[in-house]
Amino acid sequence: MFSSEVIQMLITGVGETLYMTLVSTLLGYIIGLPLGVLLAVSDREGIRPNGILYKALDFISNIIRSIPFLILLILVIPFTRMLVGKSYGSTATIVPLVIAAAPFIARMVEASINEVDKGVIEAAKSMGASNWIIITKVLLVEARTSLISGATIATGTILGYSAMAGSVGGGGLGAIAIRYGYNRYETDIMLVTVILLIVLVQVFQTVGMKTSTRLDRRK
Amino acid sequence: MSAIELKKLTKTFQTKDHQVEALKDISLKIEEGEIYGIIGMSGAGKSTLVRCFNFLERPTKGQVLIEGKDLGELSEKELRRQRSDIAMIFQHFNLLSQKNVVDNISLPLIIQGVKKSEAKKRAKELLKIVELEDKEKAYPAQLSGGQKQRVAIARALASDPKILLCDEATSALDPRTTKSILELLKEINKNLNITIVMITHQMEVVREICQKVAIMEEGIVVEEGGVEEIFDTPKTKAAKRLILGDKSKDDDILQDSKVKELLKSGKKIRIVFTENSAFEPVVSNMILKFNTPINILGADTKNVGGIAKGEMLIQLTDETKNEEDIITYLKERGLKVEEVEEDV
Repeated sequence: MFSSEVIQMLITGVGETLYMTLVSTLLGYIIGLPLGVLLAVSDREGIRPNGILYKALDFISNIIRSIPFLILLILVIPFTRMLVGKSYGSTATIVPLVIAAAPFIARMVEASINEVDKGVIEAAKSMGASNWIIITKVLLVEARTSLISGATIATGTILGYSAMAGSVGGGGLGAIAIRYGYNRYETDIMLVTVILLIVLVQVFQTVGMKTSTRLDRRK
Repeated sequence: MSAIELKKLTKTFQTKDHQVEALKDISLKIEEGEIYGIIGMSGAGKSTLVRCFNFLERPTKGQVLIEGKDLGELSEKELRRQRSDIAMIFQHFNLLSQKNVVDNISLPLIIQGVKKSEAKKRAKELLKIVELEDKEKAYPAQLSGGQKQRVAIARALASDPKILLCDEATSALDPRTTKSILELLKEINKNLNITIVMITHQMEVVREICQKVAIMEEGIVVEEGGVEEIFDTPKTKAAKRLILGDKSKDDDILQDSKVKELLKSGKKIRIVFTENSAFEPVVSNMILKFNTPINILGADTKNVGGIAKGEMLIQLTDETKNEEDIITYLKERGLKVEEVEEDV
């Protein structure tokens, strides 16, 4: 049905999409996880309330999240060029993806940690646990299931964003869909890319949820 | 030196527009090896009080001395170390739901920096004490309430504490499980010489295992002393209400003007029957022996912490000559006798 070049191109597209998604999610968590922990900890109900820190983080994360991703992509081009050396291609797309994903991830981590039973935290305190130990041995452990399902949602969202980046010179399946389907009216290629995107999201979702359920000891 | 000593402890909570005084000027001494009960209705401040014992709540004023050491003077780090001497168990157990039994019990040791393998070894020993050896790999969700509390007790014992604080530890359990947990706590108190503080609203818990008790109402310790003494002859209104139940109905009759007039003459005596004295017809025998009429103003039987307790209010008429002999006679038969003045 498709020529071998087209198939080769689709395979590369899948590879690029996976590369952008996974690397961005990983980097997003490297930044977003500590931020989320800080948000939860400095909250008024947290283990070390700090109003100023909380408000600052809250403000920054809300601002970034309220900028539409497509506009953020363009806004950060100078920064991207500085980091990667160019503003197009898969690697360049990772920069805005991480910037957009980190505050989103931070919020989800915050929500997961806030779900942890306050009584368990109190018990840890009564044993003489420091805040660092409470975070590492209690909060992150008890929130594990919720954190994993959060990561699943984050990965799906980042995958969607990565496809969007195709419209302004990003790589991956999104770029193929726009170049062939939108610019050249080759609807069949666009359809295939969309199906591939759906399959990818399905795979992430299933693996994530299965892992989360398997690791849950509450039932 | 007392295991725990509170000096003029006050705790105020600041809400947006007003202050709430949760604890008011509380002074208490709990001696080493005691099982000490703190009882009160919900909202009396007992949970806040027990959290001051390990500074989970910092008192607004006053001192908490643990074996003479003032908690308020410790640095954050010293305080954390001190807390490993004061273990705590809770109404809702507060176990880590994502960790199995052994890992839960190991947690206090891990917090202290003990090696994981050593902590696990100790955890398994503790499982023997709480009789749950077969559950080491189970997760809290697979355990019953009583088993969860046993795990929590094992966890509390892991750091070899000197004091064990129990915050409504049996309130979420059925009566039979409560009994078995109380038995376990008694054993721990005896065999490991751990001072135990029981926060509860359940009278039978105090009756069952405590030697001393403090009664709290609205942030104040209204009465304190030996359990027997306080349960048999509560002095304050709050204590009477808590131990004997609501007496307002009886009081109403006694407030009646005619009755009041009648009460003015003669000596009024409250007799408390305990278990052993309920078999002998003491009052009838007394009347026969002294050949004197008495007026029975009221009588009641109450279930106090699972034990039937009778109470009778009698009035000796003006003609009664041998009042002292009567009182001695009653006392000799193992009854608690108390002369009643105005406040009946």
